[in-house]
Amino acid sequence: MSTETKPDIDIDRSVGDFRYEMDYAFDAGVGLTEATIDYISDVKGDPDWVRAFRKEGYRKFLEKPMPTHWATKDLESIVFENIRYYLSQGQVPKRTWDEVPDDIKRTFERLGIPEQERKFLSGVEAQFDSEAAYSNIKAAVGEQGVIFVGSSEGLKEHPEIFKKWFGKVIPSGDNKFSALNSAVFSGGSFIYVPPGVKVKHPLQAYFRINAQNFGQFERTLIIVDEGAELTYMEGCTAPKFETATLHSAVVELVAMKGAKIQYITVQNWSSNVFNLVTKRGIAHEDAEVKWIDCNIGSRLTMKYPGVVMKGKGARGEVVSIALAGDGQHQDTGAKMIHAADNTTSNIISKSISLGTGRSTYRGMVHVPKHLKGCKNNTECDALLINSHSRTDTYPAISVRGQGNAVQHEASVSQISAEQIFYMQQRGLSEAAAMSLAVNGFVNDLVQQFPMEYSVELKRLIDLEMEGSVG
Amino acid sequence: MSANSSSSLSIRDLHASIGDKPILKGLTLDIPKGEVHAIMGKNGAGKSTLAKIMAGHPDYTVTSGDVLLDGESILGLEPDVRARLGLFLAFQYPMEIPGVTIANFIRAALQARLPEGEELEATDYYAKLYAKMDALSVPRNFTSRSVNEGFSGGEKKRCEILQMAMLEPSYAVLDETDSGLDIDALKIVSAGVNALRGPNIGMLVITHYQRLLDYIVPDKVHVMSEGRIIHSGDKDLALKLEAQGYDWVEKEFGESGTRAA
Repeated sequence: MSTETKPDIDIDRSVGDFRYEMDYAFDAGVGLTEATIDYISDVKGDPDWVRAFRKEGYRKFLEKPMPTHWATKDLESIVFENIRYYLSQGQVPKRTWDEVPDDIKRTFERLGIPEQERKFLSGVEAQFDSEAAYSNIKAAVGEQGVIFVGSSEGLKEHPEIFKKWFGKVIPSGDNKFSALNSAVFSGGSFIYVPPGVKVKHPLQAYFRINAQNFGQFERTLIIVDEGAELTYMEGCTAPKFETATLHSAVVELVAMKGAKIQYITVQNWSSNVFNLVTKRGIAHEDAEVKWIDCNIGSRLTMKYPGVVMKGKGARGEVVSIALAGDGQHQDTGAKMIHAADNTTSNIISKSISLGTGRSTYRGMVHVPKHLKGCKNNTECDALLINSHSRTDTYPAISVRGQGNAVQHEASVSQISAEQIFYMQQRGLSEAAAMSLAVNGFVNDLVQQFPMEYSVELKRLIDLEMEGSVG
Repeated sequence: MSANSSSSLSIRDLHASIGDKPILKGLTLDIPKGEVHAIMGKNGAGKSTLAKIMAGHPDYTVTSGDVLLDGESILGLEPDVRARLGLFLAFQYPMEIPGVTIANFIRAALQARLPEGEELEATDYYAKLYAKMDALSVPRNFTSRSVNEGFSGGEKKRCEILQMAMLEPSYAVLDETDSGLDIDALKIVSAGVNALRGPNIGMLVITHYQRLLDYIVPDKVHVMSEGRIIHSGDKDLALKLEAQGYDWVEKEFGESGTRAA
């Protein structure tokens, strides 16, 4: 039997691949100059410190070279002059779906967002290109003092909390794309959970790119105060275009003493999207930051969620699933920075490469010499479906000092022709057998997603697999 | 020879090879529904290969002859189509499928047999699964384990028989089901197979040792050598082979000996 395939690039993304024509009320035009930034600042009514922050980000963006000395040369295919940096229908999100303009609302209805909100969420923010079109938190959650608004509203209405942490977890000059985001950011969420409040149901944001040659640069800042708990989920889609689209977000998380944050991403980008995202959390004493990340689709994803364990006993965790379809490159991993005694980090990464897909794992674990009682566990497993599928692993582990423990396991496996034959002998078609094996490979991680998402994940994996077995 | 080919698994003058190397050289065999036949033979006689070829393993090419399931040729059909038509192979070396539980695996296999749009009823499924498991002395927690992953030899074989019991094939080929089993496991697995015997199933038991046939008593025993059935008899033939080895039968009936008519 040949597991050689004829990968079908036109995978049916029945969920995300549609688009309605739009007339945008606000359009920063094509290309990036200081004037673009002023336009964005003017339209959004930025305070002066934000305008200055943007300009500084822009300067750093220009200074920093593309990181092609370690990352893929495909980054050079991004033509920054051809991108549109700001498109919106207005800057103030609506609080009810009825108020959301019809042309935007139908997109989210088709994606099932209002329905999910009713069913199992504490609040939803829905971003359409540059701005949130809808943002609402359930009354009961709001009454507990939880703030859940867009980043623009957050920086204006809650500067005392916002300013303290904004750009502190991820400085604008962290990398070229965090600098770009700092210059042109728009949208994203600002969340604050007061001490001791445990938000029962997840808050969710949905990011939708609708326009061609567009760059989406949302900025999310989440602060969970002492002993509080939050689960946040984000979903992302875009229709398929001929030309490249850029998504470059910055997400900063702050877990105060004893707080817990769980940040869940299920992205299903179309294969023209460059997805270059910087995500990092700070965990104070006995706090826990956990990233659960599922990367499906995109042309190139570069994303290494990190946790800085700043207080004693802090815990960091990254659980990630990446599926690199034909022609796609998932360059993902994790960064664990141990900065206090008795901190614990755990990285579990599973990737699947289909067709000419390539998955890369980059993991950084840093434990300095003066610390003791730190532990890291890293497991990364790659599954290759076709003979020309590819995987690479680049672990960078620096552990110094006495009494720190680190454990690293990596594996690369393939679904063998004999496994497929075995499953076919039980009556499963070759494609069904392949799907079942792939779902089995990621099963233990999928269990960690909320039920609604794990069902969706399984469906997305099945969709991706459909085209890959001929 | 075959009495009624419309309710039998029938192999007709089958020639097959792997690459340029011929493996089966004119094998003819007929297993009517309701009977249990055994194939015995030395290592390398092509016994396991026969099982794989019937199931449609892609490594082998059938050069001539035919395999008929209830009178219809199954050559040229995908392995999963053959399976859904009612052919089951209990593997000598069952494959591990990490992360896929036995319950989900069997469920997917049953689901694959339903018409498009029809869903397997979960409560009925589990009721049936648990009943079959109890009959095979398989502990309940078995269902949540990944298929064959970390299983002992005995557990793997019991898992094969459990799948057979759930899928209810009309013909089952048991390839060296006794290999790797201690005597207790052998008794359990044999009891499981015997429980499935009946007028609606034909079985072909492939084994190297007579030992298995003490527990699964066959209606007929065939001796395979160099890609053919060279001699057939009743269950006493197995005892004779056990006592005297294969040399006499090969000398008498094999390629180098005088062919039986």
